[in-house]
Amino acid sequence: MSMTLLYVQTLNGLQLGVLLFLIAAGLTLVFGVMDFINLAHGVQYMIGAYLAAMFTALTGNFFYGLALALPSALAFGLLLEFLIFRHLYDRDHLDQVLATFGIILFLNQAVKVIWGAAPLSVPIPEALSGSIRLMDGLLYPVYRLAIIGSGLAIAVLLGILVSRTRIGMLVRAGASNAPMVSALGVDIGKLFMVVFGFGAMLAGFAGAMVAPILSVEPGMGDNLLILTFVVIVIGGIGSVRGAFIAAILVGLVDTLGRVFGPQVLRALMDPSAASQAGRALAPMLTYILMAAILFFRPGGLFPAKK
Amino acid sequence: MTMPPENGPGFLKREAVPVLLFALLALVPFVAALGAESYLLSLVTRVMIFAIAALSLDLILGYGALVSFGHAAFLGLGGYAVGILSAHGQTDALVQLPVALAVSALFALITGALSLRTKGVYFIMITLAFGQMAFFLAVSLAAYGGDDGMTLPGRSKLFGMDLIKNDRAFYYAVLLALLGAYGLCRSIVVSRFGRVIRGARENPQRMAAIGFPLFRYQLVGYVIAGTLCGLAGFLLANQAEFVSPAYMTWQRSGELIVMVVLGGLGTLHGAIIGAAAFLLLEEWLSGFTEHWKMIFGPFLVLVVLFARGGLMGAIRRIGGGGGHG
Amino acid sequence: MAEPALELRDLNKAYGALTVTDHVSLALPDGEFHAIIGPNGAGKTTLIHQISGLVPSDSGSVRLAGHDVTDLSLPERVHRGLVRSFQITSILPGFSALENVALAVQARQGSSFRFFGRAREETRLNDPAMQALEEVGLGKRAGVRAGLLSHGEKRQLEIAIALAAQPRVLLLDEPLAGTGPEESAVLIALMQRLRGRMTILLIEHDMEAVFALAERVSVLVYGRIIASGPPAAVRDDPEVRTAYLGEEGG
Repeated sequence: MSMTLLYVQTLNGLQLGVLLFLIAAGLTLVFGVMDFINLAHGVQYMIGAYLAAMFTALTGNFFYGLALALPSALAFGLLLEFLIFRHLYDRDHLDQVLATFGIILFLNQAVKVIWGAAPLSVPIPEALSGSIRLMDGLLYPVYRLAIIGSGLAIAVLLGILVSRTRIGMLVRAGASNAPMVSALGVDIGKLFMVVFGFGAMLAGFAGAMVAPILSVEPGMGDNLLILTFVVIVIGGIGSVRGAFIAAILVGLVDTLGRVFGPQVLRALMDPSAASQAGRALAPMLTYILMAAILFFRPGGLFPAKK
Repeated sequence: MTMPPENGPGFLKREAVPVLLFALLALVPFVAALGAESYLLSLVTRVMIFAIAALSLDLILGYGALVSFGHAAFLGLGGYAVGILSAHGQTDALVQLPVALAVSALFALITGALSLRTKGVYFIMITLAFGQMAFFLAVSLAAYGGDDGMTLPGRSKLFGMDLIKNDRAFYYAVLLALLGAYGLCRSIVVSRFGRVIRGARENPQRMAAIGFPLFRYQLVGYVIAGTLCGLAGFLLANQAEFVSPAYMTWQRSGELIVMVVLGGLGTLHGAIIGAAAFLLLEEWLSGFTEHWKMIFGPFLVLVVLFARGGLMGAIRRIGGGGGHG
Repeated sequence: MAEPALELRDLNKAYGALTVTDHVSLALPDGEFHAIIGPNGAGKTTLIHQISGLVPSDSGSVRLAGHDVTDLSLPERVHRGLVRSFQITSILPGFSALENVALAVQARQGSSFRFFGRAREETRLNDPAMQALEEVGLGKRAGVRAGLLSHGEKRQLEIAIALAAQPRVLLLDEPLAGTGPEESAVLIALMQRLRGRMTILLIEHDMEAVFALAERVSVLVYGRIIASGPPAAVRDDPEVRTAYLGEEGG
């Protein structure tokens, strides 16, 4: 295996990890603070991508599109919260699962009706097109670097927000002990809404960012949602730091495993069996990783609840 | 979710629903013979197969309050056991069925042992993740059709004979399986074991405090449910004479939960009614529009928000029977 | 000399910076009725959680008739004869009173991997359960769903469940909490009857009840035992009066 390939795939893994983090950050807080299981978080990501595609087409500029998509994604998230989610917080998990499952069914179909079943494509903005030479023989698309960069920047921002500000403190306290926060006289309903809207916007941002490099299509959030669950379970529910580390870990393991898994196996067994086994095992790697971590730490790497 | 008490009214009143249900199912082929036979037979066969899957889920979800979101994996495992064995020339149900059940049981044992170490939201997400793992495994089985799935050479044989090749014969075989599964579940929920599982639903801490290490009971329950769902997978593959990763998408797991809840949790016959309601609703709605999920999704949300206890619960309430607790 | 029925050796527990159990040591000889009193927030319930195995201890050990049970789980301790009740009534509301108790009998008999046969009709389970119910005075209410029992009856049921597990050491976590005077009287008479039949550790708020029932009393303040002895001696202990009785009696 060549070193260049390793670098490129590491960057790809990082990009997936950053993406997973953007989706997981909001979701882990929603789980942690509200003890609310939201399956519909993946459709927020999808909605973000569709909104970016629509606004980019309307304005002819990706950055305007992005700028319009973010508040729209936020508004959409708050609307869902107002209409449905807030009536589910005090319900049991099963009710939450069912209702949010219903929302997924509806929205996956609704985007088909509105935007058609065929995937939409969004051109990569001019300013971020092309590739950049990182080192000898290592070319990497600028846009993908931009995704990694903006994702990391948001992670840092979020870290400061959660650890340094009053609202961040409330959110952290809420994740480890929700009744105590409401006992302090904080309007829990408002706190939930803020956390929820913020999470929806982050997921929407992730969707908007990948719109130019992935096809925008119905159901695009579903598989990513489950990978996000894996991230949250590994990181520990309610922990933003855990979500970040787990997201990067899962991104790298998933990407590198698919590429190098078969190669590693080939060193151990005969080539055809290795490529068979490698192809079968690679997609399972992240889940095996999750199982292993759970076995030793049932609460994840950084459990927020003591 | 509300649970009906174990002490219902009189025997006849309590048993009226399941007796009626099975009588109806037994009569379907005669009605079908009057017209649209193959359509009706195959639709109701499918309903019964999913009823077995929903029953098995009700055992842990309805009676044990374990929200398992990866149950469709067992449908796939049962199905692929048939598919893969057939591809290697092993077409007898006497081999296929035990393998299907054993594989399902083993998967349930391993994933259950890991998932049951956790609770609440974690449990839901982890079962979902393991379900997805099985899905991806099927997708990556290039030798067995990968993404596209594989067509079976035909239905399973029994003692080398084509006993269930005929649709009507297959119908009755499935009915028999459903009856057996229902009887088994009925027996389990009132047994000593079932009482422990039901107790854990109501108050796990109490159960631990009177000396039940719940983990092992819940794990056995999980394995029984998974194995039973493997049976449904075995039947499903035989009906369609086709298996594919689509058997075990996470949406399918969600649909199984919907079936159980629609029919009313923890009633067993409710799972059969729920499976029928879901599949017939799907059939009926998709007759109007290909976008039937746009109707079904909001319907589901409304059921959760306004009709606690599922459709049967709502019907009972409207009928003046009065909901419980 | 015989080993104590229940012995705590230097138990500790802290939540972050907050120490809730602070070097607690205690030995209960076989058959003693021992009570722990203390103001709210003294860590009484945490201590019972630690003894019963619901909450792990940071350090120290719990010994049952000379055997170290510190590493055993809650269910395992029950099988060794260490049984507890709960402060907040913790019954199975959807089950009948009889079934609640029958489950405890079933747990003791250790044969719950039976998938056939109607558990509800087994006399092997129901007879001992009925006996326990009658012992606490609930014989006539056996068929009633536990959720529908009155508060006092639920507390009686709670004790019946514990008794059905045939405890050698019984931990009672505020059995009188929230009961009216009549209900209290029934429960106190019940505990009176249990006295001497098994080793009992009672945690209770009701002073009168404690001083009437217990052979020895320990006072827990901020996770520490500040006094331990016969009721009369403890009542007159000046440190106890200032730390606890003064506050409560004021």
